[in-house]
Amino acid sequence: MVSKDHRITIPDEWFKPKKKAEKVAEAVVRPSLSYWKDAWRRIRKNKLAMGGLVFLILLTLCAIFGPILSPHSVTGLDLPNQNKAPSSTHWFGTDEMGRDVFTRTWYGARISLFVGVMAALIDFFIGIIYGGISGYKGGRTDTVMMRIIEILYGLPHLLVVILLMVVMGPSLTTIIIALTITGWVGMARIVRGQVLQIKNYEFVTASKSFGAKTSRIIRTNLLPNTMGPIIVQMTLTVPSAIFAEAFLSFLGLGIQAPFASWGVMASDALPVITSGYWWRLFFPAFFISMTMFAFNVLGDGMQDALDPKLRG
Amino acid sequence: MAKYIVKRFLMMIATIFIISTLTFFLMHSLPGSPFDEERTSNPTIQANLEKFYKLDQPIGVQYVYYLKSIVTFDFGPSIKKPNDTVNNLLARGFPISFELGIITMLVAVVSGIILGTFAALRHNGIIDYFAMAFAVVGISVPNFVLATLLIQQVAVNWELLPTATWSSPLHMILPTLALATGPTAIIARLTRASMLEVLTQDYIKMARAKGLSPVRIVVRHALRNALMPVVTIMGTMLAGILTGTFVIEQIFAIPGMGKYFVESINNRDYPVIMGSTVFYSAFLVFMLFLVDMVYGFLDPRIKLHKKEGEV
Amino acid sequence: MILTKQQVLNTNKAIVTEKVLTVEDLHVSFTTFGGEVQALRGVTFDLYKGETLAIVGESGCGKSVTANTIMGLIPQPPGKIKNGKVLFKEKNLVKMSKSRLRKVQGVDISMIFQDPMTALNPTLQIGEQLTEGLRTHQKLSKAAAYTKAIEMLNMVGIPNPKERMKQYPHQFSGGMRQRIVIAIALICEPELLIADEPTTALDVTIQAQILELFIEIQKKMGVSIILITHDLGVVAKIADRIAVMYAGKIIETGDKREIFYTPQHPYTKGLLNSVPRLDLLEEELQPIEGTPPDLFSPPKGCPFTDRCPFAMEVCGEVYPESTERSKTHVVDCWLQDERSKLFS
Repeated sequence: MVSKDHRITIPDEWFKPKKKAEKVAEAVVRPSLSYWKDAWRRIRKNKLAMGGLVFLILLTLCAIFGPILSPHSVTGLDLPNQNKAPSSTHWFGTDEMGRDVFTRTWYGARISLFVGVMAALIDFFIGIIYGGISGYKGGRTDTVMMRIIEILYGLPHLLVVILLMVVMGPSLTTIIIALTITGWVGMARIVRGQVLQIKNYEFVTASKSFGAKTSRIIRTNLLPNTMGPIIVQMTLTVPSAIFAEAFLSFLGLGIQAPFASWGVMASDALPVITSGYWWRLFFPAFFISMTMFAFNVLGDGMQDALDPKLRG
Repeated sequence: MAKYIVKRFLMMIATIFIISTLTFFLMHSLPGSPFDEERTSNPTIQANLEKFYKLDQPIGVQYVYYLKSIVTFDFGPSIKKPNDTVNNLLARGFPISFELGIITMLVAVVSGIILGTFAALRHNGIIDYFAMAFAVVGISVPNFVLATLLIQQVAVNWELLPTATWSSPLHMILPTLALATGPTAIIARLTRASMLEVLTQDYIKMARAKGLSPVRIVVRHALRNALMPVVTIMGTMLAGILTGTFVIEQIFAIPGMGKYFVESINNRDYPVIMGSTVFYSAFLVFMLFLVDMVYGFLDPRIKLHKKEGEV
Repeated sequence: MILTKQQVLNTNKAIVTEKVLTVEDLHVSFTTFGGEVQALRGVTFDLYKGETLAIVGESGCGKSVTANTIMGLIPQPPGKIKNGKVLFKEKNLVKMSKSRLRKVQGVDISMIFQDPMTALNPTLQIGEQLTEGLRTHQKLSKAAAYTKAIEMLNMVGIPNPKERMKQYPHQFSGGMRQRIVIAIALICEPELLIADEPTTALDVTIQAQILELFIEIQKKMGVSIILITHDLGVVAKIADRIAVMYAGKIIETGDKREIFYTPQHPYTKGLLNSVPRLDLLEEELQPIEGTPPDLFSPPKGCPFTDRCPFAMEVCGEVYPESTERSKTHVVDCWLQDERSKLFS
């Protein structure tokens, strides 16, 4: 509230008209960040997501260098040293064949990361082509393509994967093929949704009226604008692929002994669970859980960071 | 509504047809035939197989007979067990698997919804952080890892609960816990996210402006709307639980269908693999159909939907 | 129609003495990602029985925050009522406990929301949404509440109310939904109705019908209305008094004729000039240039200074005191100071 004594305190000169120059409103001071910079700034503040990222970087380094630097080989038998507890020679102990659990754990990390990343990448390529075409073309094409998706979506994925694995035989390649045959559907749906949303934006209409080709519109206008949710979906595909690989290996349908995968190691540890060889279960269990955890929190963090609705 | 049901029903039939066909041709694409004599050692079995699969006929005829056998719900003999048919195994194993699945589902749905709702109501509070921490851990630990850890700690080290089998309610605790944690986490997260969104809606603001009690606003106005997305994932989640029973039954030595299924995979008992895949798929697709019906019941707008919109 | 409105105005004048609501020096802020937004910076006004007060201004000026604060709907956090009172029947709503506030909400004060498409719960029957307030507050039996709801639907002009009670919101058109929202708001016979942009989301023809409904209802029930809008056409039709808001402050209040025919604040004048008027066809529209100030760091003087064609040195430094031009017409502007003529 303004007090009454203004009449005395305010000098008459203040009632001069304000000069034009001063009337110009100051430019907006807050810096305008680009979409990606802004997203990066947000995700850096998310400690959990950054922790996940750091863990994954370390895990990748271990996966690359661990088996190389370790004096023990992945498959090397050492029957006199069966089921030895962790020690200075075998940091994570040995299994029932005397194989070094440390080396096998990092070898398992290679498998898991490779399966996860490959599955996500292949899903991404198929999904973006299918979803992009479906969303962009619209009309009848879209209806038919979506009907196909709806039916595929109704299939129980892991069952189909199991069936495919039985038929194709267990190997790393077949795991990735089986996972992507069923996995791209989710990505295609997301891409289509994004494309539909953005399709009617003015800048697309603008480039269309200038006679730009369909493929060019998709490449230069639609793709960059649909990336946010797609990257999130990719990040979240990785842990589910890692889970599926471990699950299949656990069932005996994945990586085969003597090669190591976290699923195989956990499965091998199961019969001796009552014998006190805790390290045999602990290390694969710990790393598979931590890896999935890291990808999940990273994906969540990215979702929060990339969601324009939440930007304040 | 009738149109919606018919549409969903036809989709269900189509899906079952596709998966059956896929199974048939995948099995027949195996190098040699999965029913070759060298795979079976027993002449009775070989005779059973040839009779059931009409192995002397061309593949088109076999396919027709196969479809007929699915319609009549007869999945044929087992390769490895001379006196068993797939139907026998299903009759023995499925009720137990079903029990495990349903208990798990109930536990997951009830606790997930409660957890997610309270997390949303105390957004950024202690309960929220606890629930979300639980959720992300629950999603990250694979069910077979959790199962083995539970056996090692609770059953072996602490000797609190039995390690295996399905013989009493006490025996059911660990398997259910191992199987339900993941789905609970997923439901909790989804309920929370959806509840948070619903709570910002105008109709919730309007309900508050009416001076209704917080309990009524949450239970009567928010929950039903917030649960829609939860219902839609129920089908896929059930599929996850069902495949989860394969390993859980294996780990806990529960004599359900999952255990037979894994056995059949390991000794390549192809008719059992085929039969259970088709049976489980049909079951799941039927459950998805039921879920859609529940959704239609929950959301009055669905009756007018001639065609679904986006995504 | 105009005659009826005039009669309403006259009856208002007769009972203008009884205050229903007093808002005093209300300050509300929101903590956001970018800092604190001072949405309301000292809002003061009175509301009398049976009158319609329109609060007008550009979007973001604090109209809706004012409405939500009175209604007790400001989420805290991120919102915070920093200072001020909302006195309803001598009780300060700002300081009231949540449970006591609930006995006022929907009973004594009701609110109508902007978008009828989202204001109704899509999964509940209209009947339940209508009656639940009655059943909660007045402890009516199901049958009594039902009768009352039918009566209300009749009053707001919903045909076949008995069948309609069992239907869901998606089975109604936008205009019908807004009628239902109004029925819900009025069913407990409140003394004060806050309407936040009640016609903005509707088609023009439907808008007119809804405004007629407001006038009719006010005549029947004698309810006081706070109308939040940016549409001066709506204001001209149903308001008795007008408060003009800018950057979280009320800068001018007056009765309808005072604001429309002798506006004082340059912002009010600008607002009126920017509206198409049928009676002034030959005149060109003049939009107000510039944008409202950033409420993260509001200016210390008059917030309109930068956009004001008559701005003086003093305007940017000190917020002007209120000048009473008549018993009803109050304006915050340095041009009211006689010294403003010294240099012109």
